[in-house]
Amino acid sequence: MGEVTLHDISKRFTLRIDGALQTVQALSRVNFTVQDGEIVSLIGPSGCGKTTALRIAMGLETASVGKVTVDGREVRGCGHDRGMVFQFAELLPWLSALQNVMFGLEMKGMRGVELRDTATRYLELVGLSDSLSRRPHQLSGGMKQRVGIARALAIDPKVLLMDEPFGALDAQTRETMQAELLELHARTRKTILFVTHDLDEAVLIADRIVVMKNGMVQEIMTVPLKRPRPDLGVVRGTSEFADTRYRVWQALHAPIGTLH
Amino acid sequence: MVDVVDSAGAGAGADTPDEAKPRRAVPSWVITVGSLVVLLGAWEVFGRDINPVFGSYPSAIAEAAWQLARTGKLWTALLDSLRPFFLGYGLAIVVGVPVGLITGRFRTVEAAIGIYITAGYAMPLVALVPLLVLWLGLGFAVKVAVVFLMSVFPICINTWLGVTAVPKTLIEVGKSFVAPNAVILRRIILPATLPYIMAGIRLAVGRAVVAMVIAEFFTSISGLGAIIITSANNFDTATQCSCP
Repeated sequence: MGEVTLHDISKRFTLRIDGALQTVQALSRVNFTVQDGEIVSLIGPSGCGKTTALRIAMGLETASVGKVTVDGREVRGCGHDRGMVFQFAELLPWLSALQNVMFGLEMKGMRGVELRDTATRYLELVGLSDSLSRRPHQLSGGMKQRVGIARALAIDPKVLLMDEPFGALDAQTRETMQAELLELHARTRKTILFVTHDLDEAVLIADRIVVMKNGMVQEIMTVPLKRPRPDLGVVRGTSEFADTRYRVWQALHAPIGTLH
Repeated sequence: MVDVVDSAGAGAGADTPDEAKPRRAVPSWVITVGSLVVLLGAWEVFGRDINPVFGSYPSAIAEAAWQLARTGKLWTALLDSLRPFFLGYGLAIVVGVPVGLITGRFRTVEAAIGIYITAGYAMPLVALVPLLVLWLGLGFAVKVAVVFLMSVFPICINTWLGVTAVPKTLIEVGKSFVAPNAVILRRIILPATLPYIMAGIRLAVGRAVVAMVIAEFFTSISGLGAIIITSANNFDTATQCSCP
């Protein structure tokens, strides 16, 4: 099981601008559920609150109002039931790929032979069995993010939270990583909440898309593409892909509130 | 295929002889040694014309150093100086790094003691030495204290600065894997701050050496500082110059 729900989440920041206090409403009444084994893309323009929503789901930030539940249980703060993949991988630069994955596992309390074996297994899963002892600076951008994914997956969380994980990669690497993520998902059946600002990516990867604007959920739509999607090139050519992409585009460009 | 590549390579080499034989640059160490030879040579030549009370020259200094070394005075003095030096400097590292880490990590600690660290770094601690002598006497303890006080602040302030420069996202990595605060401090913040800590420790070494000699000026019982003071009082400039 692995189902994450954001219940009526609102978030206000107070900023001091030129000596005057100003309240910024980052999120207002955000509601959605990512079902067990589902991939949901969270898309929207920068500043729309999608990353804030993800960080609240992770527990790195707290909601002003509302709550987050995983499998129906309310969560406070970070937990091993959720694994985070950061935008720029954020590997610890003084540790090898293997040690980076081991770090997450150690925090979960794993020790000894099991620790090393598990970390190795997850790096093999993301195709890095030959680069275990490389340091982050000896890895390419795509490889770093693979380590980041392995680190999050290794603790066997119920939900994988991904914050624009392929946003910093070049177009070719990004496509490879999208295909690999879908393959990983087919194998592990993890629940994934995936923040992106890339329309194609949102459609290619997800079962459902949450479109956000100005801190509000504008629309939630279902992607009518079947799984598995072994060849994303073929998927791109389908009329369902084009239609869904156009619908998301429309939602992103519609005036606020008109689609409710 | 191989032949074609080879002949093309040879042809290019023949056409451009300059590239085939690049001029070797003079190694940096040769320049450094040359500079030293010129400076010491000039000092040796012109230094001999100066009244030996006002100045000395390299061979006289070497002779004085040899005398000190031969009689064993230099080694006893060096040992006398080095023991408080290493103890004070070591203590400064042991105290400065954790204090810096905690100051940088916790806002309340920073607000509470940050001001003393900044003040301690800026203060001319030499002025405190007479007071320290009153408290601790003229022996070993006062030298350790002076070396410690002079070197602890640069280490502390650099560590503190380093902690505030640790990317927030790395700390969030620790948090998202539910690492306790102590683990975040030891396994994320400490290694990320290490370059700053090393810079602080290097900066502190210079101050520690100065502190050691100053402490001996005031106490003047033993050590290299004592030799410097004694020889200066005896107008023995060559011996005085041989100690630093």
